[in-house]
Amino acid sequence: MSEPVALKLTAKDFKSDQEVRWCPGCGDYAILAAVQQFMPELNIPRERIVFVSGIGCSSRFPYYMNTYGMHSIHGRAPAIATGLSVSRPDLSVWVVTGDGDALSIGGNHLIHALRRNVNLKILLFNNRIYGLTKGQYSPTSEVGKVTKSTPVGSADAPFNPLSLALGAEATFVGRTIDSDRKHLQSVLRAAAEHEGSAFVEIYQNCNIFNDGAFDQLKEPGIRDDHLIRLEHGQPITFGADGQFCVVHPPGGFGLEVRETAATPAEEIVVHDATVTDPAYAFALSRLPGLDLRNTPIGVFRSVERPSYDSVVQAQVAAATAEVTETPEQQLAGLLSSGDTWTIL
Amino acid sequence: MTKQIRQLDRVVIRFAGDSGDGMQLTGDRFTSETAQLGNDISTLPNFPAEIRAPAGTLPGVSSFQVHFADYDILTPGDSPNVLVAMNPAALKANLADLPRGADIIVNTDEFTKRNLAKVGYQANPLEDDSLTGYVVHPVALTSMTVGALADQAVSKKDAERAKNMFALGLLSWMYSRPYESTLRFLERKFAKRPELVAANIAAFRAGWNFGETTDSFAVRYEVKPARMLPGTYRNITGNAALSLGLVAAGVRSGLPVFLGAYPITPASDILHELSKHKRFGVVTMQAEDEIAAVGAALGASYGGALGVTTTSGPGVALKSETISLAVALELPLVVVDVQRAGPSTGMPTKTEQADLNMALHGRHGEAPVAVIAPKSPSDCFHAAIEAARIALTYRTPVLLLSDNYVANGSEPWLLPDVESLPDLRVEFATEPNGEDGAFLPYLRDPETLARPWAVPGTPGLEHRIGGLEKADKTGDISYDPANHDFMVRTRAARIETIPVPDVEVEDPDGDARVLVLGWGSTYGPIGAACRGLRQRGLSVAQAHLRHLAPMPANLGEVLRSYDRVVIPEMNLGQLAHVIRGRYLVDAIGYNQVRGLPFTAAELETMLEEVLKNV
Repeated sequence: MSEPVALKLTAKDFKSDQEVRWCPGCGDYAILAAVQQFMPELNIPRERIVFVSGIGCSSRFPYYMNTYGMHSIHGRAPAIATGLSVSRPDLSVWVVTGDGDALSIGGNHLIHALRRNVNLKILLFNNRIYGLTKGQYSPTSEVGKVTKSTPVGSADAPFNPLSLALGAEATFVGRTIDSDRKHLQSVLRAAAEHEGSAFVEIYQNCNIFNDGAFDQLKEPGIRDDHLIRLEHGQPITFGADGQFCVVHPPGGFGLEVRETAATPAEEIVVHDATVTDPAYAFALSRLPGLDLRNTPIGVFRSVERPSYDSVVQAQVAAATAEVTETPEQQLAGLLSSGDTWTIL
Repeated sequence: MTKQIRQLDRVVIRFAGDSGDGMQLTGDRFTSETAQLGNDISTLPNFPAEIRAPAGTLPGVSSFQVHFADYDILTPGDSPNVLVAMNPAALKANLADLPRGADIIVNTDEFTKRNLAKVGYQANPLEDDSLTGYVVHPVALTSMTVGALADQAVSKKDAERAKNMFALGLLSWMYSRPYESTLRFLERKFAKRPELVAANIAAFRAGWNFGETTDSFAVRYEVKPARMLPGTYRNITGNAALSLGLVAAGVRSGLPVFLGAYPITPASDILHELSKHKRFGVVTMQAEDEIAAVGAALGASYGGALGVTTTSGPGVALKSETISLAVALELPLVVVDVQRAGPSTGMPTKTEQADLNMALHGRHGEAPVAVIAPKSPSDCFHAAIEAARIALTYRTPVLLLSDNYVANGSEPWLLPDVESLPDLRVEFATEPNGEDGAFLPYLRDPETLARPWAVPGTPGLEHRIGGLEKADKTGDISYDPANHDFMVRTRAARIETIPVPDVEVEDPDGDARVLVLGWGSTYGPIGAACRGLRQRGLSVAQAHLRHLAPMPANLGEVLRSYDRVVIPEMNLGQLAHVIRGRYLVDAIGYNQVRGLPFTAAELETMLEEVLKNV
């Protein structure tokens, strides 16, 4: 293969002619801008990029990208994108979804796309609320959430999207935040480079129905004591002065936060996204509570496993490699296979 | 001993036994031998949904009926001339279908006190006079098989299991069938266990030789080959033919076939069959559910493949939302519904035609699709190609309504010349079609009303499509009232104006006043009933619909040229309702939903009544 030619695309090339119609102040604008600015880095011609979405505010995303795109039906984007990706391995297929779309109505498709390791980049905009239907609680809303559909508080426990994805043994799992463009793009970069399913949760603010849901992770002065920035190969410490760290206590199943000063350096967990056992990344995903304390962001897990697409295509390629006849000759042979008889 | 040989023009045999007795296999082999001989054939398997219902019980009875003749036949036969009953349950479950004088071959070894009690026989029917109206041939099938295999290196259990081959050998002798294909089949089937090949062949030969030597069978029968069109034939089930039709559609369109499917009776065999044809570039995906199956198929169509999903009624219900999306996206999609008795799980191994309403109307919004139905097992091949042709040409979902009767039934199939199959090649959009290099994804072909199929990867045609209403031509999101009205009407017109062949009327006498209109798998029984009436000097016309949406342009005129229109259906009158509403014709329905195909006799009786009252 020859060296790829630099396409010299810019963010502007990825803006479609459609007027963007999210509410003013919506976190989706920041994500859109970050994605459009990141896309040229892929150095993939626009025509080979496809965005597929379901239903919800986030799912309007494809209309604003000057690539191929499909705004499909509620929850089904991973299924539709799977058929596209498997039959067209030459394409870069991205799924844009939300917490309701991916985890409620489309939960089944999400976990199966992840377990199959379909070559999809799945961006889940999590705002912990239903926005497009005007403010009902979502499967990531905290217990007791008071909304239009739960006036005395919701009764059901939320999903942790990353725990769910890891339970499905996703090969790439990351988390980032709408307002941190640099970090968001770093996670997108890692996701794009990953062969197989890449699942990225993006905390996204709905300023109309759930404003400030992630403020603790955004406000200067507060955020540093809440956010754990995962860096592959680095000890996991955080806090304004690195005063906190993550350890694996002996005898325990998970990870815990300790004060760095009181912890021997060798006990601090060194982040390794390539650990095969999903239990490690799962333990990381369990660190934060609903108050968003100890929220890791970055790449939790990035392991290699053949993608579903590549296995399916390899089976077809192996079968077609033996063929020497024309398709019509092959077909004639197939039709007359088995017990036949001839009448003169 | 030289046995008398008697010539027959037609025979109906029903093999019946426990689900574990291998009756489907036995029937299949007998059918294949019969096909080799050149008789016309039609088969009807009938089996329980349970994989292994308790042995020896009525719910566990599985049967296979084969009708063969020296002339062309249309149905698997109303009632068997011969019943092979492997146990008391098989006798009890099938006796009511036998006409007086029929032959019954019973496996006496299974007529034990315990087995008789299991199905409520107070006394052994072989010993009292309850079977005096029939010709009973008691044969100790199990013990004779075990005896014949005494020298074979197989366990007693494996020897007992070979009793179906003993029965097949006996029947093959009785009807003078060529059995080489069965020997070859056994060699293939048990290739990894040579001792079973030897045992099964020995059992088969023992059955054959028993026929030749015993006194209980004094007569041997011959049914001469039927006069059929010259050519090469194979026996084929509807599901197999449908699968091959989809492969053929891929070849003739030059597109890869992508099948998304979730296992469901009675459609799973299509998934099994297509998964074998990867060398044609066919990709099959067993999806996590019915919705994902159709979603993946639609995604593949979006990418330029021939997207197909196969299912039965409950699956179509789940796929309904995605089919509507395909209507809005105007992309090709073939949805195969192998109908079974509903609602809900209903009787999943029994046949019915009750999904017509759902196929025609079962979606939200105004979401018209094309609907077609095959009339016989081998017709499934051509119906699949026709479904693909319409889907690809008009960029629309097409619902293909097969049913359990044609899916599992079989008949001889005159193999088509591949070059004579329709050319299904499509042209993808490659160039902008608007001013200043703009691409208008909803600018239609004036003739077909189809929009351009611009697949991802095509430079310069990047565009977005979706379920939101689209502006005419540009495909941009539009809430404009007039535009929505226009788009809804255009989508309707796109289906309504698909040219489909005129419906043909079979009225050999030319003076019929009654027309029988059918669709789908009722073709055989209706045709046989009409023949029966004509042989008795009565005039009746038959017309059969392959295209249910859109309907043939001449249908209204045809319907109005008869004094009476009768519509037999295996539902409560779904086509009749459409015909009455659409053509204002006072059609009479004749309906049954017993999970079984019509018999020709019941239709003949019904039609005779209608003829009397015209």
